[in-house]
Amino acid sequence: MKRTTTTLALVGVALLGLTACGGGSSDPLSSPAASGESGGAASGGAIVVGSADFSESVVLAEIYAGALKAKGVDASTKTNIGSREIYLKALEDGSIQVVPEYTGALALYYDKAFDKTEPNDVYDALKGSLPANLTVLEKSAAEDNDSIVVTKETAAKVGATTLSELTGKTGDLTLGAPPEFKERAQGIPGLEKTYGITFQDFVPLKGQALVQALKNGQVQAANIFSTDPAIVVNDFVTIKDDKKLFGSQNVVPLVVADRADEVSAALNAVSAKLTTEELTNLLKATDVDKKDPKAVAAEWLKAQGLG
Amino acid sequence: MTWLADHWRDVFPLLGQHIWLAGLPLVLGLVIALPLGWAARRWRTAYPVLVTTSGLLYTIPSLALFILMPLVLGTRILDPINVVAAMTVYTVALLVRSVADGLGAVPEDVRAAATAMGYRGLRRFLAVDLPLSVPVLTAGLRVAAVSNVSIVSVASLIGVPQLGHLLTDGFNRAINGELITGIVACVVLALGFDVLIRVVGAALTPWTRVGAGAGVQP
Amino acid sequence: MIAAIWAWLTSPESWSGSDGIGARLLQHLGYSALVVAIAAAIGVPLGLWVGHTGRGKWLVSAANAARAVPTLGLLFALALWVGPFIPGKAAFLVPSVIALVLLAIPPILAGTYAGVEAVDPAARDAARGMGMRPAQVLWRVELPCALPLLWSGVRSAVLQVIATATIAAYIGLGGLGRFLIDGLAAGNYVQTAGGAVLVSALALVVDGVFALAQKVIVSPGLTGGGPAGSGRWGRPRVRREIVLAPGKPGEASGVVPTTSA
Repeated sequence: MKRTTTTLALVGVALLGLTACGGGSSDPLSSPAASGESGGAASGGAIVVGSADFSESVVLAEIYAGALKAKGVDASTKTNIGSREIYLKALEDGSIQVVPEYTGALALYYDKAFDKTEPNDVYDALKGSLPANLTVLEKSAAEDNDSIVVTKETAAKVGATTLSELTGKTGDLTLGAPPEFKERAQGIPGLEKTYGITFQDFVPLKGQALVQALKNGQVQAANIFSTDPAIVVNDFVTIKDDKKLFGSQNVVPLVVADRADEVSAALNAVSAKLTTEELTNLLKATDVDKKDPKAVAAEWLKAQGLG
Repeated sequence: MTWLADHWRDVFPLLGQHIWLAGLPLVLGLVIALPLGWAARRWRTAYPVLVTTSGLLYTIPSLALFILMPLVLGTRILDPINVVAAMTVYTVALLVRSVADGLGAVPEDVRAAATAMGYRGLRRFLAVDLPLSVPVLTAGLRVAAVSNVSIVSVASLIGVPQLGHLLTDGFNRAINGELITGIVACVVLALGFDVLIRVVGAALTPWTRVGAGAGVQP
Repeated sequence: MIAAIWAWLTSPESWSGSDGIGARLLQHLGYSALVVAIAAAIGVPLGLWVGHTGRGKWLVSAANAARAVPTLGLLFALALWVGPFIPGKAAFLVPSVIALVLLAIPPILAGTYAGVEAVDPAARDAARGMGMRPAQVLWRVELPCALPLLWSGVRSAVLQVIATATIAAYIGLGGLGRFLIDGLAAGNYVQTAGGAVLVSALALVVDGVFALAQKVIVSPGLTGGGPAGSGRWGRPRVRREIVLAPGKPGEASGVVPTTSA
């Protein structure tokens, strides 16, 4: 009986032991984001580059981290965090210090009345509207805008090349877009306010699932990024945003203000090299060729002399 | 499986995370469920209250629990502790009933005999009731382990990496190899936990291996 | 926070419209009913057959082992592989329904099988002695005797389906899960919490209805404990309700709820 008790006491130990084997350096309880005081990023320690939950953001985060490491900055990534609404919270509570962002969308997030459309105006306005503890570094020439795309057949059927022309022709079309598009000022409310466009129905989808749904006709219009190679691969037609609802969306690193000095040299060098074409190629590598974002980032940095 | 051949180095850290996030709550949940289950057995009125309440906890959707944990605990939103805490809640929800029923399955005459031999209170609980309820406890733990491994994968929707990352990334980029690897790895891990719990359970109950009728029961 | 959730739950605005609480609740109930009906149509006959003939016991073990498949992965795989072949809006519904049916079959199958298996051999022999044919034994003796455990299996399937249908919102399904997924994407925690409250409340109410139904459909001859033993809210107290089948400790794990998600 005694022996049984002793063995029983060992259950916990055995279970803990097993779990410890798999833990190693990836022990979640000792991650940089381990619980502590929230609010305000602590200075010192490694830089964690976060990303949204879509491929482009992930590969940009890997590029940022790779460029930082090449300059001797201790950096790691925390990718696929979620939508802007979520990763900005992570930036505020100190879980991450850097995240790739888009000028127009970010400006609108902090200033609901924001209405600039030219790249430099957008960038300047953005710098003015950010909270004091956050800052943006140099913007890149690379633009990735939201866009409304349709299949070739639908484009022919509705006979519209601009969103203005699409007004009044969407009564029997279903729109597919990431869930956050439903509430965002540059999403469904913006389409209605700027163009008077309302869709028959809305299906929240993202990534390849959205591409497939458009291809197979489950949705007739989709909100897909302008850099997405799926547009070219599938012969989708982009409806021109003639009233600039989606504004200018240059890729820009958003960083915690008190860590900006450590990261600015490396990240500004990345922004200087990044173009829309490069971005499309990067996305083609991850989403069409299904390459690992980390490897794609490393390859790109090397080719640009930044790795 | 070409995907796995190219990416096995990335899979291992995720597997390690998954083991922690699903395994640690099993231990914590058992430690919490033991006194609760004991109380449910000790006081008649406590049984329906505790078993119903813990059953209620299980109806909270996991995604919501993961999202809301930071608000309850005051932790950061990407902190894996949120997942550990949520999984502990589910483990307790499943195990309270197992502990209570396991203790209830201890024959009254055995308990009386132990009392007559001088076992009392906590000592009797640890030396007699608890070991004898191991078979039922093991069954409960096995259910909880399989359940935990599956639920933890949902945490990739809130940015906490583990094997579920292979599922969401495989889905979002339409990479079948990655998706299949994620599913298979989860199944293998769940079966691994299952085997481990069965082995430990059997080691703790040597009398169950004695052939029927042969030898003296402890 | 709690005040904000209450305000959201009680405002007429959040209840109305095609994406309001009312519509989402009905969708959620509809999906769940459809899923459980399909799962029962498969699981109950299969469980009865395995229990009655004693053949194909591996089916029960296989179904139990299948619980280890992560539901999220199953949803994604079906959405990617089955979705493209289905025209129209059903492409979002069918993969989710299949995944949830696969989730609901194991508890129903295990419950039905365990129920038939646990029927007192004496009762079975008596029925045969009275000249009943095998089908009659199954229909008049084994099925009624198996009902308490069968029903427990159905109830745990219902609870799992209601909770898990929420993550199907990630692949475009409607229902209450939309409040969780959309709330998360928009950083609207009030909506997420409100959605969670609704899912739990729905699960409780439906389980309560099933508990009441159990009182009606289970023969009074089986509920030895009288009113105290049955019809209680929360988990059915299986072992106390079955007079014919005390069962081995631990065996009841077949009807304990597993993967909610």
